[in-house]
Amino acid sequence: MTTTLPLPTKRDEAWRYADLKALEAVWPKLDGPEKIAVAAGESASRQISVLPIIDGVGIVDLDVTIGDGANFALHVLAVAADYGRIQVKVTLGKGAHFELGGAILGSGTQTLEIVTETIHAEPNATSNQVVRSVLAGKATGSFLGKINVARDAQKTDAAQSVKAMLLDRTATANAKPELEIFADDVKCAHGATVGELDKQALFYMAARGLPPEQAQKLMLQAFIADAFVSMDDDTAREAIESKALEALEGLS
Amino acid sequence: MLRIENLHASVGDTEILKGLSLELNAGEIHAIMGPNGAGKSTLSYALGGRPGYEITAGSANFDGEDLLELDPHERAAAGIFLGFQYPVEIPGVSNLQFLRESLNSQRKSRGEEPLSGAEFIKLAKEKAGLLKMDMDMLKRAVNVGFSGGEKKRNEMVQMGIIDPKLAILDETDSGLDIDALRVVGSGINAIMRKPDKAVLLITHYQRLLDLVKPDFVHVLANGRIVKTGGPELALQLEEDGYEAVAA
Repeated sequence: MTTTLPLPTKRDEAWRYADLKALEAVWPKLDGPEKIAVAAGESASRQISVLPIIDGVGIVDLDVTIGDGANFALHVLAVAADYGRIQVKVTLGKGAHFELGGAILGSGTQTLEIVTETIHAEPNATSNQVVRSVLAGKATGSFLGKINVARDAQKTDAAQSVKAMLLDRTATANAKPELEIFADDVKCAHGATVGELDKQALFYMAARGLPPEQAQKLMLQAFIADAFVSMDDDTAREAIESKALEALEGLS
Repeated sequence: MLRIENLHASVGDTEILKGLSLELNAGEIHAIMGPNGAGKSTLSYALGGRPGYEITAGSANFDGEDLLELDPHERAAAGIFLGFQYPVEIPGVSNLQFLRESLNSQRKSRGEEPLSGAEFIKLAKEKAGLLKMDMDMLKRAVNVGFSGGEKKRNEMVQMGIIDPKLAILDETDSGLDIDALRVVGSGINAIMRKPDKAVLLITHYQRLLDLVKPDFVHVLANGRIVKTGGPELALQLEEDGYEAVAA
């Protein structure tokens, strides 16, 4: 099914950092969201390390429903597109869990973003989102995370940790948590930081003999590893980490 | 091995080293003592090539090579080890990975074969044992969650693994309790007290020098070496204070 919705504008919150010019050309060719339903009590996971590129634009659009007591883990890499967007809408049932780990690795004039809408519709559900960005050149990397906790969704525990590392002062990182909470007994922790590589650590590593490129790579590798620690499957984790490493090497 | 002549170094607009000269030969251990703010840490950073420490005049030669022309990692590969007063934490990077990559890049730049994983672990175990450090600590992220004393001990394990020609140890004794000081002292002796190696010990206290006997003691004050003597000079300093001795 091809989408017939009008092209979003910057006034749409979820698209405010998007590269709409790049999007325009491919918009008519996009399918609607892929629906994923995880049945009650089941576990499912998905890894996305390559975006489906059309004319330099790669859009992933997921609409996930997680049944009662079920859990869904999504690990993504936003890389290698002029404009790349991973957009996920998640609706959690009673006691369900959603785990997101994402890395955004961009350089040049790339615009890359991860946009989530997490709907805690029922009580006792948990969600945890960890996003790490490394941005060089004039790249823009954004995370927009909307969390909606319904009136009945007591004991919701929703966490977001978003950190970005800028390799050049000309790069841009956006982090935008957005909480809409209608229940009163909930925990919603969110933290966001934007920083540069620790110069003291770089000198320390050089003093032990590591050339600057290698020291930087080691630190960045450790930085983005946070996004993938939640993966149980070692083979899958190593696969996505090696893709991330390839992308990192292309940055500097 | 190391010959420093008339070294001037500034941090920002402030000149801190004001014509420092010093010569170390293989087989020698030199201690540098001096009041706070004399320039002791600046000397170690200047020799290590830390960004922000600008050399405005003078020279430093290491084994005949112009040290000041080399980048920090090249100085390490040439055989200089800097023991930090405040070792830096590197979250997410394990000690073992950090040290293996560091050692192997040094070896590579000297045209030597890299150590295999098994060879490296054997070496790391031996040096950790020498410093009475648990191997589990070497598996953890570099200095993260380490106490002050553990960080200093970790510096010495690193020195053992890297096996430098010249160690510049900046207040390695600060933050150590008496037992840890003894372990670190005997570690320095075991690793560095050799005919082809030299040590520059920067310290405030006599206690470390009881364990690691220096051949020469220098007093650094106001950016210059103002007095040089044998081990007895350190004792005199302890007795009379810097002001009396350096005056």
